[in-house]
Amino acid sequence: MADATVPLTRFFDTPTKLLLGIVFGLLVIALLVIYALRRQPESFVNPAVRRTFELRVRAWCMMFAILVAGFTLGSSGTVVLFGLVSFWALREYITMTPTRPADHKTLFWALFFFTPAQYLLVGWGEQWGTDNAPFYGSFSVLIPVYASLLIPTSIAISGDEKRFLERTAKIQVGLLICVYSLSYAPAILNLQLYDYQDDQILWQGSKAGLLFYFVLLVQLGDIFQYSWGKLVGRRVIAPKINSSRTWEGLIGGVATTAMIAAALFSVTPFGPLEAACMGAVVAIMGFAGGMTMSAIKRDRGVKDYGTLVQGHAGVLDRIDSLCFAAPVFFHFAIHRPFLWG
Amino acid sequence: MRLTAHILSLVAKLLSGASVRWVDEFKIDTCQRVYFANHTSHLDALVLWSSLPKQLRALTRPVAAKDYWNKGVIRRHIADTFNALLIDRTNIKVHRSPVETMIRAIGHEHSLIVFPEGGRNTEPEMGPFKSGLFYLAKKKPELELIPVYMDNLNRVLPKGEFLPVPLLSCITIGAPMWLEEGEKKMDFLARARDSVQRLKDL
Repeated sequence: MADATVPLTRFFDTPTKLLLGIVFGLLVIALLVIYALRRQPESFVNPAVRRTFELRVRAWCMMFAILVAGFTLGSSGTVVLFGLVSFWALREYITMTPTRPADHKTLFWALFFFTPAQYLLVGWGEQWGTDNAPFYGSFSVLIPVYASLLIPTSIAISGDEKRFLERTAKIQVGLLICVYSLSYAPAILNLQLYDYQDDQILWQGSKAGLLFYFVLLVQLGDIFQYSWGKLVGRRVIAPKINSSRTWEGLIGGVATTAMIAAALFSVTPFGPLEAACMGAVVAIMGFAGGMTMSAIKRDRGVKDYGTLVQGHAGVLDRIDSLCFAAPVFFHFAIHRPFLWG
Repeated sequence: MRLTAHILSLVAKLLSGASVRWVDEFKIDTCQRVYFANHTSHLDALVLWSSLPKQLRALTRPVAAKDYWNKGVIRRHIADTFNALLIDRTNIKVHRSPVETMIRAIGHEHSLIVFPEGGRNTEPEMGPFKSGLFYLAKKKPELELIPVYMDNLNRVLPKGEFLPVPLLSCITIGAPMWLEEGEKKMDFLARARDSVQRLKDL
């Protein structure tokens, strides 16, 4: 099916194209629904639900456009686009988080050194590694090791000791969520599935397809949790943090996502059962991301990152679940041979 | 407008991620105005100037300190690009007072951007306003005085820092005010400061 000597066919194989086509069709239908709803009187559907739907669809169209643009530019294009998203998300995060004037230089290094460096390492991972020895080491330690050690040092050097640990933690968490975790999504493009026992490459399918599959699952996890919650949700998990996330929504969402993940297994290296497990894991991690970011927002007293500064769309609101799911998806995928034999 | 001005205002917009809010709907009116704002960063004048609509930008001159902006080729070039009005802070003479210079410089068409705190403020609260705004309003009462609050720019490029951190900032442009008949200097300056302060919570 896939020819290793022609990179583009490996990048875009038939199942991937099919999946892209289906999602494109669904987005067109969603846009038509929005258009139809706009012509109905205000009372036709709950305005809050309609607004959520419109915001979501707009975000999906953006994501779809970014992913397709990235795929057309090749893997480095995708890495750069994700890097820009990370940069913008970190910018929103720091805008929301109070910092002290002495943190200025540290923030500069977080935005202009660690963010681009992380994505450079993700992008170069492919060139440095070989098929049987993929190179994940550098990008998986840059922020957890080097940034984690250098940020407190840099704040200490700035000479302001007030609330030292709190300030350090704020910047570290920002880098970890907005940059480190999200960078695992484009890293899927460098994923090598290798069987050490048989000394052969297990999977030659499209990495772009796998990345698209992952992003799609995360978004579906969000939709299904929201829909199940609206339909049958009773027991709110943590009312103070997020009043719309319920146990019923979580369970229903995870189960539905798992089923769809299994149905789409042909773009992945997984079998149907493995794919279902991946779907469940992705939906649970997406839930974790949404809850965590809600907690940060409640603590800061803002509802959406988007309303923080008027006129800006909240990027962080849209990618929180993606950030949490990406490293776990990646980790499960590379250890697949050990998990499943 | 020159190329440098275009580039610099684009850079300023990218760095400050500034969203601009107009409290009143009177954006494009070329009457003579004085925009007065809180001052925390070198970027203030540049960002405020860049966030005005094009027609107004061409007519608006930021007032800046001569001792800073006349030093070196680059600073002088930047000041020149924005048609900045450089005021001598150190050597003030009675017959050539800053207010006289400003009124003469704007003639019958230009507007001004001023920072009545007098210098960049590092405290969280705004400093007291200097009296220049009062004399400007007294000598030329037809000028529209427009309060502007610039939020978060002190975090983008605080005093004493060289490297900017491009956070999202917000510029709120308020409704015009004028000097009331017989209003005392202190009362007017407090009212003007208050009108900027109030934009913060809008």
